Amino acid sequence: MDFGPHLFLALLEGTVSAFVLAVTALGLSLVFGVMRVVNVAHGEFYMLGAVLAWWLTTLLAGSPMIGFGVALIVAPLIVGAVAFAADWLILRRIDYQPEATIVATIGMLYIIQQLVLTFYGPDARPVEPPFYFRVSFPWFGYSGYKLIVVGASALLLLGVWLAMARTKFGLYMRATQQNQEMAQAFGVPVRRVYAMVFALGAMLAAAAGVLVVPIQQAHYLMGLDPLLLSFIVVIVGGLGSLRGTVVAAFIIGLSDGVISVFFSPTLAKIIATLFVAMVLVYRPSGLFGQPEEEQ
Amino acid sequence: MAALTLLETSAISKRFGGLQAVDAVDFRLEEGEIRAIIGPNGAGKTTLVSLISGRLAPSSGVITFKGEDITRLKSYQRVGRGIVYTFQVTSIFRNLSCYENVALAAQRSLAGGLGGGLFGSERAIAERVEAAIHRVNLTDRLDLLAGELAYGHQRLLEVAMGLALDPKLLILDEPTQGLSQGEIAAFCDLIRQLAKSATILIIEHNMPVVLELAERITVMDRGAIIAEGAPDEIERNPLVQSAYLGTGNA
Amino acid sequence: MSSAKGKGARIVALHLAVIAALFAVQFLLPAYHHGNLARIMVFASFAVGYNLLLGYTGLLSLGHAMFFAAGMYGAGLPLYYFDVGVLQAFGLGLLASFGLALSFGLLALRASGIAFLIVTLMFAQAFFLATLYFNEITLGDQGFVLSEQARTLTLGGVVMSFADPTVKYNAALLLFSCCMLGCLALVRSPIGRVWVAIRENEPRTRMLGYDTYRYKLLALVLSGVICGAAGAGYALLFAYVGSTFASIQYSIFALLWTLLGGVGTVLGPLVGAGLMFYLVDIAGDFTSSYLLVVGVVLLLLILWYPKGLLGSLRARWLPWLP
Repeated sequence: MDFGPHLFLALLEGTVSAFVLAVTALGLSLVFGVMRVVNVAHGEFYMLGAVLAWWLTTLLAGSPMIGFGVALIVAPLIVGAVAFAADWLILRRIDYQPEATIVATIGMLYIIQQLVLTFYGPDARPVEPPFYFRVSFPWFGYSGYKLIVVGASALLLLGVWLAMARTKFGLYMRATQQNQEMAQAFGVPVRRVYAMVFALGAMLAAAAGVLVVPIQQAHYLMGLDPLLLSFIVVIVGGLGSLRGTVVAAFIIGLSDGVISVFFSPTLAKIIATLFVAMVLVYRPSGLFGQPEEEQ
Repeated sequence: MAALTLLETSAISKRFGGLQAVDAVDFRLEEGEIRAIIGPNGAGKTTLVSLISGRLAPSSGVITFKGEDITRLKSYQRVGRGIVYTFQVTSIFRNLSCYENVALAAQRSLAGGLGGGLFGSERAIAERVEAAIHRVNLTDRLDLLAGELAYGHQRLLEVAMGLALDPKLLILDEPTQGLSQGEIAAFCDLIRQLAKSATILIIEHNMPVVLELAERITVMDRGAIIAEGAPDEIERNPLVQSAYLGTGNA
Repeated sequence: MSSAKGKGARIVALHLAVIAALFAVQFLLPAYHHGNLARIMVFASFAVGYNLLLGYTGLLSLGHAMFFAAGMYGAGLPLYYFDVGVLQAFGLGLLASFGLALSFGLLALRASGIAFLIVTLMFAQAFFLATLYFNEITLGDQGFVLSEQARTLTLGGVVMSFADPTVKYNAALLLFSCCMLGCLALVRSPIGRVWVAIRENEPRTRMLGYDTYRYKLLALVLSGVICGAAGAGYALLFAYVGSTFASIQYSIFALLWTLLGGVGTVLGPLVGAGLMFYLVDIAGDFTSSYLLVVGVVLLLLILWYPKGLLGSLRARWLPWLP
């Protein structure tokens, strides 16, 4: 393939991963923005979504389309419930202190990961896409399902934006994010908002996992890469800025995709991690976030 | 007795976004005096002393201490020069014993150079700690955790920490807040003692204390000095009266 | 503070007794455990370095595996490719971790709190990925094995091979003793007092006249060098160098061992490393998902025993324990 079509292919691949990354990272960003905590287990919710999708589609082996449809709804709900419980049982008890939460979510990471290893095993298993059609470009055929993923992700992003802007819960979230004490004084049930936001973040990650599993395979370690990338996206985009997260997801998803196709994926990751470290050193609140007051 | 200028600010200013907290203030302290700064809330008193102690960097202006331009020096460097500040909201090491709290201060002043505190004999530190604690009358509480002390005693502990630093200029920000009458009286005695070896700058709202202790009073309002002079002059000054009466209770 | 001298003597005696006990244990336990204990002592040294930063200075890092690995590669690569002696290799390992810690500290300490944590994470991840990327040299996560011949030290006519279990055990003990006693000396010194102050209330510490940046940098560099010493020791004693030791897993292990043993206690890292080693060992007999223990222990610790074993002991009964 010539360079031009190769670049186009790389851009297509980059677009798909950018959209999926945007959904995943948005979950992490919401949790950080509203609750001010870092959830290190976020990637495991993504993995859990993929594994549950495999399980549900295997159960409803009859029709891939119905199986996948059910998975797309049920898997995030299950993962959301797990996250809700984790918040209620663990995070609440440590009062959302930043460092304690990090340690606790690391613990959660190991538990979820190893339990999946126990029950699902170490193998990577494929899931059939719900529909199979190829889009024909003049230079190559491209999986139509991947384009559907883009569409579905866009819908999810739009849905979250609408929920934030138009619903009462969205109002609660924004109020808590701005000023937790004030929100509480105005009667916002902050504790409950926290639990729901944590669940929502997990559900977004899980949904991304479900969408992605027909393209990749479901594997118990698949949550680690999305975690790292989501971290990078959320920091570069600005801790607490949702718009920044989405923009950063596109920049990083596209460049990661392109660099991975033309160079090595490892090199792409090295560059990305060093870049985000430098961003944090010189602008602690990320590229879009609010600068801190002088001390 | 020749009056040496210890500290001088020239057109020192601090701006926070749209707010001019300190507005081109020329402030001078003489060596050995006890000066009080008073003024309504928001007048800029704490901001001014934060600029002097180095906790805040000025937007413009110059500060000189004993003839040296210290405007660019960081807060920890100014401590080395002898400028000691005790916080308005008590800031101590709650999980450490009172001894350890003051020992940290003593260690710093005994070491001098080399970033402070790298070499210091434990015996010398202990002596200095005991002396400082004795002066604020907290000797029987030496081994208690600082967080367990009553609020008034925590404030005295902070003063002890300041003392252990061997200050040339001791800045006290609302030191009597939370103290009982008896404690306040003891505190005033302490200050008079200290004034023999250090210059004292106090921000206070408690007017009897101010009138009792201060040799001179500086009055601030809205970021500027509106009056300065002996206590009885200040009491009679109509500008001061209107600042307090006009903007409400101090 | 009347019994300050008495307390000091008691503390030193306790720590020397621990070393003596570790020395004696090799004659009491069967040979199987010698290798385990040697490993535990090397990991405990790693945790001692980590604890210096977390327990005493109050800085949480999730990237310390990079210092351990710097020491490991710094010693291992010269041994593998060139003909350096054991002592020189160890020295190179120390130098590598020193250089990494210093340059990292100069950059990263501009950030604080969570930002600092994430910077440590990112740098460590980049370091790990670099060991994979340059796998013509480092042989990536497959790693390389050091020959027995490379790990033989001749001192004053006596030939000591680190493949020999006795030499291995006592070398590990020597490493741990130096790290642990060094840590003890530091935390009880004026420097240690300032570190604790920074942990407790940094703004106050600055207003007492301390350049807290310089103290944090010192803590970070010392911490990095101790971790690097452990890494170099591991390469020399266990003959293996690989990317896994640079991965986030080992950064989390350092945190785990420190928390379990008691953050901010000198002996805590030994207790934590030892206990965790045997927990994982036992769990490994039952299931291949033995890392589950790691998750469970972390959760238990953070929820109910944040002070860890020795920390809780100290809070309840032994307030003088450093």
